[in-house]
Amino acid sequence: MNPKIDIQGLTVSHDGQPLLRNVDLAVPEHRILGIIGPSGSGKTTFLRTLNRMNDLEPGFHAEGRVLLDGQDIHHPSFDAVALRRRVGMVFALPVALPMSIYDNVVYGPRQSGDRRGRFDEIVERSLKAAFLWDEVKDRLSLSGLRLSGGQQQRLCLARTLALEPDVILLDEPCSGLDPISTAKIEEALTLLKQRYTIILVTNNTKQAARVADETAFFLMGELVETGPTGKLFTVPADKRTNDYITGRFG
Amino acid sequence: MRILPKHTQRAAIAALGGATLLTLSLLVFIIVFVLEKGLPVLSLRFLFTNPQDMGRAGGIFPTLVGSVVLPLLAVAIATPLGVGTAVYLTEYTRESRLTRVIRFGTDCLAGIPSIIFGLFGFIFFVTTLRMGWSIISGGLTLAFMILPTIIRTTEEAVRAVPRAYREVSYSLGATRWQTVRRVILPNALPGIVTGVMLGVGRSIGETAAVIFTAGSSLRLPSSVFDSTRTMAVHFYILAREGISTENAYGTAAALVIAVLSVNLIAYWLMNRVMARRS
Repeated sequence: MNPKIDIQGLTVSHDGQPLLRNVDLAVPEHRILGIIGPSGSGKTTFLRTLNRMNDLEPGFHAEGRVLLDGQDIHHPSFDAVALRRRVGMVFALPVALPMSIYDNVVYGPRQSGDRRGRFDEIVERSLKAAFLWDEVKDRLSLSGLRLSGGQQQRLCLARTLALEPDVILLDEPCSGLDPISTAKIEEALTLLKQRYTIILVTNNTKQAARVADETAFFLMGELVETGPTGKLFTVPADKRTNDYITGRFG
Repeated sequence: MRILPKHTQRAAIAALGGATLLTLSLLVFIIVFVLEKGLPVLSLRFLFTNPQDMGRAGGIFPTLVGSVVLPLLAVAIATPLGVGTAVYLTEYTRESRLTRVIRFGTDCLAGIPSIIFGLFGFIFFVTTLRMGWSIISGGLTLAFMILPTIIRTTEEAVRAVPRAYREVSYSLGATRWQTVRRVILPNALPGIVTGVMLGVGRSIGETAAVIFTAGSSLRLPSSVFDSTRTMAVHFYILAREGISTENAYGTAAALVIAVLSVNLIAYWLMNRVMARRS
């Protein structure tokens, strides 16, 4: 099976400082790829390269190839705006836009010129998929800012799902959440992988072990090891991986 | 003797509180002074009848119209230009030598005395472009005068919109313009309104730049190409030429009340908009 995203020799630097070195990684379709590693290891940089969010910051430079369905996303003819509709992202901090829950969810579809007639259906489907529908269905006109942190993060997930992307990038989506909210997000993710390709960056190795099908371990800008989650957590090939997952550093 | 923290604390409270109190009482004093002298003259008749004998008798209706039309025109011209410039500088350009030069330029522009703007308006709009002493000449001149204020306040407001909102918007496949329109401008609105209100306040109280460009005709204007006189100019002429001290203060009172109500209405509107969103 061809990988959904094929990363070949990716090197990313910021103001000449390398943040990622020569990463080769194939992301399989309809799977959850967990990315673990200590902070500063380049996980977020890696994630933000995949939907070209780094392009918005001055000083970032990427080399190597990132192929989405075989097409190079850094090719001049590849439109970054269109890319971000196909590769959605959920950030570490839940950020609801200061507008109603409803408007938050349809923010993406509205910008891409979707038919208004579909909005009600998009809102219901996306909120259900993010396990938030039952809590907010009677107050969709409430400001998104009024929701709790855990609810806001599920709103962020719903907002990304509303775009019907191919790939969902999640950057430590549960770092500030309580265990119940975390469980809801994890449950949503395991259902969502049937339709989407998911990349989950997490600081919580247990979370990767729980939900990821494949896991990649980053350390100081390098991809140390990648493989099926069960294998990586039981018989890691690299000593550094073993040290990290057993908590000897990081 | 050592000065104890609780003593410096008390001294700080006294000094800061004193400064606030002094500022407030000055403001109250000015308003009370003007109203006390002006209110006896002020009436609906005074506001809505035409002046007679250069303003010695009658009301101030044409100057009321002038004071509404001129700032409105100035703000209508300066707001799109100023907001556009500010958004361009903050969202569409990266911080560079050029943006710093532009910013320095706007700051300098903000510090130029209004009479210089008046002189420029007179030479450029009134004579070179042959617009004459008119509402349009005055409106354009005032627009240039308040432009720096609107640019700077809008810039601050746009910068204060959390970065995370922009990131979310871009990550959802919005273009730069969609992000500006849907996320940045709505969230910067209170700051923009503040800038515009400052502009209204400056142009409603302006005299020097107005006399040079809009003239001081006491006739009711029938188009933007007619000359007009604002309340501030009327007050200045009545007082300066000793025409009528009572009517001068009546005009001043009307002006003060107008400025206060404009600010209150703007504040109230702003609160309603903000309450609806959160």
